[in-house]
Amino acid sequence: MTSSLSTASPPEVRRRPRRWLQKNLFNSWLNGLITIALGGVLLWAGVEFLTWAIVEADWRVIPANLPLYFVGRYPADQYWRLWLMLAIIGALSGLTWGVLAQRVVRLFTVPVLVGLSLGGLGMMLIPTPPIYRLFGLGITLVSVFSAWGGRQLARQFSQLGQWLSLLWAVTFLVAFWLIRGGLGLKVVSSNDWGGLLLTVLMSVASILLCFPLGVLLALGRQSSLPVVRGLSMAYIELVRGVPLISILFMGQVMIPLFLPEGVRPDRVARAILGLTLFSAAYLAENVRGGLQAIPRGQWEAANALGFNAPLTVGLIVLPQAIKISIPAIVGQFIGLFQDTTLLSIVGLLELLGISRAILANPEFLGKYGETYLFIGVIYWGFCYAMSIGSRRLEQQLNTGQR
Amino acid sequence: MTQSQTEMIQDAGDAGIETRPMIVAQDVQKWYDNHFHALRGVSLTVNKGEVVVIMGPSGSGKSTFIRTFNALESYQKGRIEVDGIHLCHDLKNIAEIRREVGMVFQQFNLFPHLTVLKNVTLAPIWVRRWPKAKAEEVAMRLLERVGILEQAHKYPGQLSGGQQQRVAIARALAMQPKIMLFDEPTSALDPEMVREVLDVMLSLARSGMTMVVVTHEVGFAREVADRVVLMADGLLVEAATPEDFFNRPQEDRTKKFLSQIL
Repeated sequence: MTSSLSTASPPEVRRRPRRWLQKNLFNSWLNGLITIALGGVLLWAGVEFLTWAIVEADWRVIPANLPLYFVGRYPADQYWRLWLMLAIIGALSGLTWGVLAQRVVRLFTVPVLVGLSLGGLGMMLIPTPPIYRLFGLGITLVSVFSAWGGRQLARQFSQLGQWLSLLWAVTFLVAFWLIRGGLGLKVVSSNDWGGLLLTVLMSVASILLCFPLGVLLALGRQSSLPVVRGLSMAYIELVRGVPLISILFMGQVMIPLFLPEGVRPDRVARAILGLTLFSAAYLAENVRGGLQAIPRGQWEAANALGFNAPLTVGLIVLPQAIKISIPAIVGQFIGLFQDTTLLSIVGLLELLGISRAILANPEFLGKYGETYLFIGVIYWGFCYAMSIGSRRLEQQLNTGQR
Repeated sequence: MTQSQTEMIQDAGDAGIETRPMIVAQDVQKWYDNHFHALRGVSLTVNKGEVVVIMGPSGSGKSTFIRTFNALESYQKGRIEVDGIHLCHDLKNIAEIRREVGMVFQQFNLFPHLTVLKNVTLAPIWVRRWPKAKAEEVAMRLLERVGILEQAHKYPGQLSGGQQQRVAIARALAMQPKIMLFDEPTSALDPEMVREVLDVMLSLARSGMTMVVVTHEVGFAREVADRVVLMADGLLVEAATPEDFFNRPQEDRTKKFLSQIL
């Protein structure tokens, strides 16, 4: 309509570094002083850290124990199963990314390419036998290729997106089978799972299980049936009033006491159960916040159209409520991932537990800085990835803006 | 009004030939939880094909009254029958009535997470159990009728208020209701968008739809209504043809109301 007006663009503001510095760091003498003081502290800390990392630190503890950090005492002759699992997950991740990004003009933008090359380079630099470095690089390439392929496929078959979630469900089962064995594969007892493998396995399983449970609890708490509401509230308040560590202790120490001799559920299963039951209560509160944000008019419109209560919740209220709660839910999942470290206290050899075991080895005594920094970076990497994923998901679901 | 549009509203063609009551409300009384007596014995009969406009000052109970017709509000005394079905606490009756009664709200209440097309097809697919193809075909015809065909794949948040309200009308019509309730459909709209919504309602009325409209639009009431009703303080004050209502009001309360809005 007003094309002559809309073509006008705002005057271009050129950012000059000096102006920027003046405006943001030195706009008064007090701020200038603070800038100089804080800059000095940061510089000093940086120099100290680098001196330690390059000169003093003895990084041999990392490469020498790399398999332990990643998979614990998983038998080395069965590593191929884990590599296969990684390859499947890598391919499916790539495919999912390609399908989700089908409308994006360029799949491999500069930041993505930089990230991929850094990832590939990192794979090559991992201090493992060369064959494993090649595996790592290969999986990266498989992901890239399936991302490209997924994009091409999704443009031809619009149904593909609906099959992805099913494919993921199958993949989780296959991954679990590959880790555990059975059905023709040698069984690897859960006592031998460890390191990052165990951390990720327990987190993913707990996240997948606590989500439906949390949603049900949130709905139960909003229910008009007094018994359902009462039980949900009682559960949520009870669990939220108890520290996670005590629930985990209960799972590892108390449950076996109650059960008859010989009946002893798997330690990992008990840990997952504890994490799930704990997180579900918090998740329920997050989802409840989302449910309460849905205006009454949505219920009324659904009722007026003849939807019954389950359909109203499933088709109209819950999709919107979960969309609103995504940031809180992902925050909860990040917390859950970090909470798996508590399991090292009850004796599970997940990433932190195995690190403590390595530090107890006389050969690597006192290498705290190196070890904790290393696993800290790993934890950060996973949490940051979840955080980015959540932001992407929000953008994907954002339908309100013009 | 084209042939297909007339066909879409079932049973509408024989309006005026018989006077079958579609809504019968007798001495309806409602108290809110805080004991506020919102409806103090309201009786109204709406015949098939009739357009009844309810006017009245805010807080007079007119919205509450029409919301009892599809059980969005409960009532404690009196009796309501919709298309011969007694509206009581029986969930089966309520579900049956809601399938036959469409409603358009002041705040549109579109589902923001679904496209316009999905907003319109959701209820036919899940409540009426129509196949998707049929639901979409009907939806596209309705969207064309209300003039939003080009926006079918946009989200409600991307449309203007007037467009959203027209989608809401299409959404209600997609269930092929026998009765349409309008709860102040133009009150939340910018002035320049009121006309487009009223035009859709006008053509709907001309097609023989039974309509109960709560509105402040005097022009619409004069032009379209078969009867205009004034409610005040939870009571039905006066019901008359638009001609009598606006030119020869009988009750003092009506005269006072008209002097305030005209």
